[in-house]
Formats: sequence, C-alpha cells, structure tokens
Amino acid sequence: MRNRVAAPPRSVWARLHLRERIRDRDTAIYGVLLLVALVFPAITLYTTDGSTYLIAVAGHAGTYVLLAIGLNVVVGFAGLLDLGYAAFFAIGAYTYALFASQQLLASPIHHAYHFPFWLMMFVGLLIAASAGAVLGFPTLRLRGDYLAIVTLGFGEIVPQVFQNFDQWTGGINAIGGIDQPTLPAWVTGPWAGADSISIVAPFSFSFDPIAYYVLIFILVSVAIVLVNNLQRSRLGRAWMAIREDEVAAAAMGINTVTTKLLAFAIGASFSGFAGAYYGASFGLVSPDDFLFIVSITVLVMIVLGGMGNIPGVIVGAVTIYFILNWFLPLLPPAVESLASSIGLGSLNSRAGDWPGLGNETQNVTLLLFGLILVTMMLLRPQGIFPSRIREQELKHATAQEDEAAIEQAHA
Amino acid sequence: MSTLDDHILVLNNVTKRFGGLVAVDDVSLSIKRGEIFALIGPNGAGKTTLFNNVTGLFKPTSGHVILNGKDITGSKPHEVARLGIARTFQNIRLFDYMTCVDNVRVGRHVRMHAKLWDGLFKLPAERREEERVTEEAMDLLRFVGIARQANQYARNLPYGQQRRLEIARALATEPKLLLLDEPAAGFTPQEKVELMALVRKILDRGVTVWLIEHDMKVVMGISERIVVLDHGEKIAEGPPEEVRTDPRVIEAYLGKSA
Repeated sequence: MRNRVAAPPRSVWARLHLRERIRDRDTAIYGVLLLVALVFPAITLYTTDGSTYLIAVAGHAGTYVLLAIGLNVVVGFAGLLDLGYAAFFAIGAYTYALFASQQLLASPIHHAYHFPFWLMMFVGLLIAASAGAVLGFPTLRLRGDYLAIVTLGFGEIVPQVFQNFDQWTGGINAIGGIDQPTLPAWVTGPWAGADSISIVAPFSFSFDPIAYYVLIFILVSVAIVLVNNLQRSRLGRAWMAIREDEVAAAAMGINTVTTKLLAFAIGASFSGFAGAYYGASFGLVSPDDFLFIVSITVLVMIVLGGMGNIPGVIVGAVTIYFILNWFLPLLPPAVESLASSIGLGSLNSRAGDWPGLGNETQNVTLLLFGLILVTMMLLRPQGIFPSRIREQELKHATAQEDEAAIEQAHA
Repeated sequence: MSTLDDHILVLNNVTKRFGGLVAVDDVSLSIKRGEIFALIGPNGAGKTTLFNNVTGLFKPTSGHVILNGKDITGSKPHEVARLGIARTFQNIRLFDYMTCVDNVRVGRHVRMHAKLWDGLFKLPAERREEERVTEEAMDLLRFVGIARQANQYARNLPYGQQRRLEIARALATEPKLLLLDEPAAGFTPQEKVELMALVRKILDRGVTVWLIEHDMKVVMGISERIVVLDHGEKIAEGPPEEVRTDPRVIEAYLGKSA
C-alpha cells in the first residue's frame, strides 16, 4: 500500500475563518458588542468603586434590545409597520406580575400564585405570541399606514385594559412585590458585596444588578442566534418576499396569511420575554410603563440603528437607551458644575423668572433628544449600521428624486 | 377526439365581472399537456384578467377552472402555486431588493419542508434542505442563463435578465403549467429569438406553457394553438395559420373595413 501524505491538520484558528469574518461588517459588530458586554461590568465596577448603578442601567437597556430585536422581525423583516408593540411588552410583564406576586389574592379568585420566573418567562412568551396572532388577524388585509393605525389602536387599548380591570390588576396602583427569580446555586463574590468568592445555594436574584445583567446577556444572546437563524431560513425569505411584493409572494406559493401572522407572533414573543424580565427586574409593573412612547422609542431604536439589520438594531437600542436614561438625566448636574467651575455659579441659582441653570437644562433635555435624533438621521439616514437592502433602497430613492428634480428644472 | 386526460387545464364558461364591466365573458378553452398555447388579443381584451382568474388572484364570477381534472375555481394564489401553476407578470414583479438566487429560492418555498422550529434552531435537516435549494436555484439561474448575476439584487439586472429571472423563479415552484404574461414585451429581435429557444427548453422539461403575447412573430413561431380574446370574449381558436386568416381576428386587430 502506498503511503498517503496526510493533509496538515487545520488548526482551530484556521477553521474559524477569523480573517474573513472580521472583514464581514456584521460579524465584526457582533464581536465588538460581545467584547463590550463582557468587559463593561468589570470596568464599571473598577472605575466607580463597586457601584452597580451603570450595570443596572445596562440591564434595563437589555430589555429594550430584546424589544428592538422583536419589533425588527415585524417591521424590518416582514415590512409590517407596528405602532402598538408596547402592548405585547405589557402582556408579558403582566403575565409574570399577576402569577408571581400577592396580586391575585385581592382579586375575585382570592388566591395568590407564585409560579417560578423560568416557567413564566415562557408562558409570557406564549401569551404575547398568541396576542400577536390575535392582533395580526384583523390587520391582514391592511397595508402601510392603515396597518399602522390599527396597531396603534391595539397599543392604546392594552394598557387601558390593564388599568381599568383594577379588580385584577390593581389598575393605576400597579402591581408591586413581584417575585425575584431564584436559582439552585450561584457564585457570589466581592462584586456583590460579599467578602470572598463563594457559592450561594439557593440563590435569589433580589434585585442584584449583576445577576440580572448576566440573565439579560444570556437572553439577548439566545435571541440574536434565533433571529439570525430565522432570517436565513425559509420563513425569513418568505417575510422578505412579502415585504417586497405581496402579490408575487402569493403567486410563488407563500401563504401570506400564516406568514404575516407568524411575523406578528414571533415579534411579539420577544417582547413577552422582555416583559417578564422587566417585571422581575423592577419588581413593579404599572400601566404607565407601556404607553405609546414605549412603542415609538423602540421603533426609533430600530430605524436609527438600521432597520432589518440585527446588529444595527442592537446598537440603535443601546445608544438610544443610554441617551435617554443616562446621558440626558446626567446633563443638568453636569451643566451646573461646569458653570460653577468657570465662574458662572451665580447662574445656578433661581432668580426672578430664571429657574436656575440646572432646571433650565432639565426643561430642554427632550428638545436635545429631538435634536440628537434629527442630527443622527441627517448624518446617517439609512441608520447606524443599515442592512445592505436599506442602503440600496435609499440610494435608489435619492437617485430617483435627483432625476425628477433635474427633469423639473428642464421642464 | 381527445379525452379529458390529455388536458392539463380546462376553463368552462369563465366569466369575470367588475361591477357593470364584463372583463372576461364566458370563455371556455382547454390546454393540452405538453403544448405551447397562446392567448392573444388587442389591449384591454381581458387576457391578463383571465390569467388572474386562473391563478387565484381573482375569483371568477361564474364558470370553472379545472386543473388535471380537479376543480380549482376560487383557490387562493398560494394553493394554485402548490397545485402546479406558476406565472410571470406583465409588469415584472420581482423581489427587487433580494438577490437573484434568493428570488429563485423563494420560488422553491412551496416545495420545501422546513417548519418554524427547523429554521429557528437550524436543525441539520434544515441546513441540508437549504444547501440543496441553493444548488437547485443556481441550476435554474444557469438554465435561464443568468447564473453570473446570482448575487446581484434583482433590481439591478438589465430588463431582459429580469424577465429571465422571473421565469426562473416561476420554474422553481415546479409547475406543470407555466403562464407567461407578455414575456417578450420590450425585447429586441435577438432577445425574442433567445426567448423562443428558452420557451422550447422549458417545454422539454415537461412543463406546459400558456403565454400571452403581442408579438405575432413570437406567437406564430412557437405556439401550437392560439385563442383570441376581444372585449373579454373568445372570438377564435385554432392553429396559427388558421387564426391569422380568420376575418374576425383581423377585424378585432385592425378594425372593421368600411
């Protein structure tokens, strides 16, 4: 027998195709996001002397990342403009809040339920998904603006229902004292205020920002993998086909009814997930948490991040969340201390009609937010990291407008 | 006389009314398995409306559409596609911002089996199906001669290639009957010759072809039988030589001589 020359074994590194992957923009973004997500808690703990405030903010930002990923399925993939997305978020949050607190003791059934978080997370997912399909049903024949109005209505109805069925939900008084997730065991250490690294069993999250951060990190990671899979599947292509041309999609054998319902249901299921997490991490769920502004904020996140492109949507969600909940609130005190340090401290105090520099800054924060949005959209109308498709669409649209303008000028 | 088995599609007294307008008026015809069948007629004669009635975009006001002996009147478009009728559109309707290969892969949708869970978790069977479908899509792109454009957006293709891509996408659904709505519209004489060759190649795959066409050279050149519509009514039927000399057809196209 002839000696066969064995091929040199390919190393793990070579098999990962790292070089090609880094050249691919989206993979590079995922890499950076992963790195930041892993390093971020350590750096904040180190630089802020053990304060977990920023980690808590990041954990809540994660909720919005989940919401943005879900809404992106509906709006970005299937092209169905949904303005009532917060409704599903509310449904997920209330599902957990009702069945994991003392709330139902005061309700007509006089019995409090305390189902574990891990179970209710999936129950919330299923209920939100069903609600998505229910909402989807009457909207099937609608497109564009008309669809948006119906979803807007749904988004208004759901928080109202939770508010007005106060026998069950406590109405405007909100549901408090929501159970914390528990694990059989968990590692604790100096970062959680303990003296040394040790194992706690059983472990309750009890509002520990780091535990929640780890949880949302896992949830978001799973969501990213699943939604990426979907995008590159038979169903993902069907969504895109419907977005591009519904008539042609139907003629190619795509059942537009079930495909659209699946988009609504799957999109909603992510917010059901997010809702359960939200209820647990705040320990309080109120109808006011799910107003129209939430739907719009999530929509802004995906448009600004780059509709249809998952890494773009994630970056958009994190950016907007930190601007709204960290940068803007920090601004008034920062402006005040800046004024004092350059000798204009007198501006900080109230005088006549002048409310003081801090209050004045407070008054204009939302104006500033608007300015930031407008500026970002002017600089990158296709979003921060757009999908290739959006980029192309926008190029064509502007090229056509230019042509039209030239034709008009010559007419 | 031919038996019913020879016919892939039979239309029985199909009528489509839009309010007071009768777009298709009591049309009956039958298409034999393995033939190239043409539908001609002046603009507004109801040709595309008839296609829409067959493919489920419209439900006929009355009459029956029978495919392979099965009544499919009023079936939804996606059901019709599953049953084996594919079509192209008069004004090309591609998925503009999807690549050519994705356009064709969408055409394979109806013959694929992956369920939500398979796609969600990228199960091995789903991966294999995706690989197979990609190969099949590439084969079809080669078949119509645009494999080199596989990764371009459909929108960026030149007009003639867009028409070819639409045919490839329709073929991906594995039709028994292919409906081509003015496939040669806007083509150069050279492109028309190539198209005729392509249609014959499609026939060789065992697909029956029913086409609407204005270009008489194309129609006379490839079709075995022709039906002529005017104002929604069938005014003539037969082989090309016969239809060409039919006085009613000449009248419909050129107007009545004084």
